Amino acid sequence: MDRRATFDNLWLAGALVAPQILLVIVFFYWPTMQALYWAFSTQPPFGGTNQWVGWQNFQQIFADAVYWNSVRVSIIFAALSTALSIGMALLLALMIDRQLAGHKAYRFVYFWPYAIAAPAVGLAFRFIFAPDAGFVSAINQLAPNLWNPALKGWDAMILIVIANSWKMMAYNFIFFLAALQSIPRGLIEAAAMDGSGVLRRARDIQIPLLAPTLFFLLVINITESFVDSFGIIDITTGGGPARATDLMVFKIYSDGFKGLDYSMAAAQSIVLMLLVIGLTFVQFRYVEKRVHYA
Amino acid sequence: MRDAGMIERAPLLNALTHVLMIAGLLIAAFPIYVVFIASTHDLPTVNRVPMPLWPGEHLVQNYTTVWNKSDFGAKMINSLIVATGVTIGKITLAALTAFSIVFFRYRARMLIFWAIFITLMLPLEVRIVPTYAVAADVAEPLRWLVWLFGFELGIAPINLLNTYTGLILPLVATATGTFLYRQFFLTIPDTLVEAARMDGAGPLRFFREHLLPLSRNNMAALATIMFVYAWNQYLWPLLITTDARMATATMQLQKIVPGPLFGQPPVWNEAMAATLLVMVPPLLVVIFMQGAFVRGLVATDK
Repeated sequence: MDRRATFDNLWLAGALVAPQILLVIVFFYWPTMQALYWAFSTQPPFGGTNQWVGWQNFQQIFADAVYWNSVRVSIIFAALSTALSIGMALLLALMIDRQLAGHKAYRFVYFWPYAIAAPAVGLAFRFIFAPDAGFVSAINQLAPNLWNPALKGWDAMILIVIANSWKMMAYNFIFFLAALQSIPRGLIEAAAMDGSGVLRRARDIQIPLLAPTLFFLLVINITESFVDSFGIIDITTGGGPARATDLMVFKIYSDGFKGLDYSMAAAQSIVLMLLVIGLTFVQFRYVEKRVHYA
Repeated sequence: MRDAGMIERAPLLNALTHVLMIAGLLIAAFPIYVVFIASTHDLPTVNRVPMPLWPGEHLVQNYTTVWNKSDFGAKMINSLIVATGVTIGKITLAALTAFSIVFFRYRARMLIFWAIFITLMLPLEVRIVPTYAVAADVAEPLRWLVWLFGFELGIAPINLLNTYTGLILPLVATATGTFLYRQFFLTIPDTLVEAARMDGAGPLRFFREHLLPLSRNNMAALATIMFVYAWNQYLWPLLITTDARMATATMQLQKIVPGPLFGQPPVWNEAMAATLLVMVPPLLVVIFMQGAFVRGLVATDK
């Protein structure tokens, strides 16, 4: 970051960064400190200042079966939607990269889902998968309640996994395609001249070279599914039925704003924050080692 | 044409590729198509299982109903104000911060860069309750900041709930934008700075006359992804607006449908019309700015 020619008006330099630094302190660091303070204290039942209670709030959430349920469903949701969206995106990117007729038109449409707001995605899939309307409930003509996300926990989980994967598939597709297109053409051509077919080239050249992108997307998808799933859940299942889709981020929201239990919400926030920090570190380490083929 | 240029026969595989590409197209487009079709039928038709896949005749009626019933025009304008405000704010702050840490030499600049970069690990969703508390009285952290510098100042409470400032300001700080601008500024050759200084240009003139025009591509890429991001915000506006006049289009979706899944079903044709209205603006941005959008996404890597 060292350059020879720089300006030396330090007042100006400070004034230029001041607005963003102020926003970061006020809306990021201060609330994080506040969350830490709340997580280690409780509010007395009759008001007054918070009392320091040490690890008590954390002990309480870790002893709570409802909390562990939210951890469990978060992991199930993360694993299923990451696998589904990455798998689909990789397949589509490999197909588009073959550049057969019409590939540009297909590619164009594959981007679209990522532009759509999570609650709009949620509502669209809530309709398609509704127990009494839409399309999927057509199978209920075979047997009543064969499909009913309002009553069956797994049906609700499938609904939010598919909605989330649909949106993330577009995001992953963009990255896979960019990575595929940065593989030197000569490499593929040389392999073709040596007589390796399309599948062989995909297996032995393209997919191994995609490994860094794949790893990056794994981390991003897991993080997003922990953090960004609120919009879809809030408008489809609301955490139900019977907490079957009560993901960690949704539970923080309902404990904090519906239950008004700031200390419990804050303790859960801290746990989720540590998870995100851990995942981001993994991602940073990868970014450093990242290989470019272009 | 990568494969076609390779005089290679794989008719079976080519057929399979076409089948998969069409399947992908159906998967990507079907939900959007369903939303549109559902918004053109009357209530009995939309509730038929499975719903017919051709458009009905109630398009105008449904959209008029939704538009008037929930004052959707005003909500769309609010969303537009918020999305534009956040986009402009993010680009301005990112450019100014990156300019300072790349073109000025001072000790704290790495510290500042990291202080902004670390916010990537603190997404809104995990600090949601205390951030709401800040929005309810933004003077609290300010008082604390002033106290940190050894002063005692009585700042009157500042309430940002139900204001555009409250909807925009907490979303404006940007680690990815700052990072993107920093990467770009680092590619500017030193000779350009030297030449500008030789011409007698001060830092601000150099920024305005050289850096801004050069960063036009960067700006377009950032603007598209930030606009889509800001328009699609849901949790934050939901929390800090209780006044219907300040509601955004995205959060209005929650008001249009009854509680989640259980209980009475939504009036689907109207709900889908509202959904389409919320979908369209960011979709148009992506359609018309595809190149910039993809560049922005891939360059920021989140």
